[in-house]
Amino acid sequence: MPGIKDATAVVGIGQTAFAKQLPESEKTLACRAILAALDDAGIAPAEVDALASYTMEETDEVEVAKAVGLGDLTFFSKVGFGGGGSCATVAHLAAAVATGQATVGVAWRSRKRGSGPRPWRNTAVQLPTPAQWTRPFGLLRPADEIGMLARRYMHEYGATRDHLFNVALACRNRANQNPAAMMYDRPLTREMYMTARWISEPLCLFDNCLETDGALACVIVSAERARDCRQRPVYVHSAAQGLPAQHHGMVNYWNDDPLTGPAWTAARHLWKHADLTPEDVDVAQIYDAFTPLIPLSLEGYGFCGRGEGAAFTEGGALEIGGRLPLNTGGGGLSEAYVHGFNLINEGVKQLRGTSTAQVPGAATCLVTAGEGVPTSALLLRN
Amino acid sequence: MAEMTKTADASGERGDEDLLSPVPDDDGAPFWRYAARGELRVQACADCGELRFPPRPCCPHCHSFADTWHLTNGRGRIWSYVVPHPPLLPAYAALAPYDVVLVELDEAPRIRLAGNLVSGPDAPLGSVPPGRIRIGARVQAVFAEVNGVTVPRWVLERT
Ligand SMILES: [Zn+2]
Repeated sequence: MPGIKDATAVVGIGQTAFAKQLPESEKTLACRAILAALDDAGIAPAEVDALASYTMEETDEVEVAKAVGLGDLTFFSKVGFGGGGSCATVAHLAAAVATGQATVGVAWRSRKRGSGPRPWRNTAVQLPTPAQWTRPFGLLRPADEIGMLARRYMHEYGATRDHLFNVALACRNRANQNPAAMMYDRPLTREMYMTARWISEPLCLFDNCLETDGALACVIVSAERARDCRQRPVYVHSAAQGLPAQHHGMVNYWNDDPLTGPAWTAARHLWKHADLTPEDVDVAQIYDAFTPLIPLSLEGYGFCGRGEGAAFTEGGALEIGGRLPLNTGGGGLSEAYVHGFNLINEGVKQLRGTSTAQVPGAATCLVTAGEGVPTSALLLRN
Repeated sequence: MAEMTKTADASGERGDEDLLSPVPDDDGAPFWRYAARGELRVQACADCGELRFPPRPCCPHCHSFADTWHLTNGRGRIWSYVVPHPPLLPAYAALAPYDVVLVELDEAPRIRLAGNLVSGPDAPLGSVPPGRIRIGARVQAVFAEVNGVTVPRWVLERT
């Protein structure tokens, strides 16, 4: 079976500005990002015949297609579980293009999370089944749910707040190199981190992602077509989604080992269908709604052993020149939090050689979606 | 579909009248009915006996749709905890910082119930200083009424 290995490529990326508050609507921002991505690829909107986004995306396919003048669509899909769906949007399009269901796919996410309401404040539309077991007790926000895992992780493996700071600092340092990042001109120090206000102990302000208005999109075509596009193709080498057996909701406190999450499931499939191993990855864009997701994901995707993710961050390992440069645009922690889509576009920039924090000669990039929730991941190469 | 309801009553002496009440789905309803009687019960397969949580229509091990509700001894240990600070929903912000603990049950360590460690059955959220909370501490279920709904809470076991 041929599969999707290197059968498709990302040939266009686009984004709007990122800010705490943008004046335009989510629909307008979506249109701008999609048109920018198509222009980057040198492909006319009328050629687009596939779309993919998140179930949480509020601008639907009908609105997008008629606003930007897409052609007849023959494939459209939406992926659930918030930030867990980011990489799966590209994966679904790659599968559709590789199997002939479509020829030009656009994935996008537009979100006014910076100026709009905080989702956890809407108590009527919480995840229905899990909510009765957690929300009444004041486990209200994703930060509280991940904080619970973080405390246990620190207890079991000796991880410290300094390890979480290593993650926050690496992302902030890269944002300080990226003029498009919300935190471009805001350096972070250890003292600022250690004295920051708590959000949910053991997590402080700087362990939490930004609140951002913005939109991004990318364009996927066959590898054959990609050779004729305007930009250097970035191939989808491997892709996976991950919903482990007996998983549950945002996090799973009800299995043998809650510290082994959906990343492990996605990783097994991702590497099984790849010609590469974790040692071959030059740069990683790992979903960072919260700093503890980085050590957990480093373990899940096989960069280190179980319980070694925190120690992995030591000695500048996540910085440029380190063992695994991380979130080189600044990530959700310091560039923008748009449900992880900026991590996809940053991965493409690295493999084009155009990142503002370029890893010299980067040829392979892992991009991951939210850990804890049912997730997804991409292995990109050039 | 289960949703959280929120009463609009003026806040009372304990300050918990605006806390979210559990709104059970069909599978979870028995848990709350037993809690109202002061019993901490978890769903069990009537055929193979496997305990399961959260409740669901059938047994993932033997696929039986027959269930029973196993009465636990209400004992467990703190697996982890967080101490939330604002921004929070107003009723929770008023009590912050408070603790949320995850208690693994003695009888089924894979079952970890979220709840609050309090100084006594009727004590409010946040009544145990966070510095006294330890992973591994032994706790016992007690029951408190919030907005007319009985919910489990946890107290430290006397040593
Ligand atoms: Zn059974």
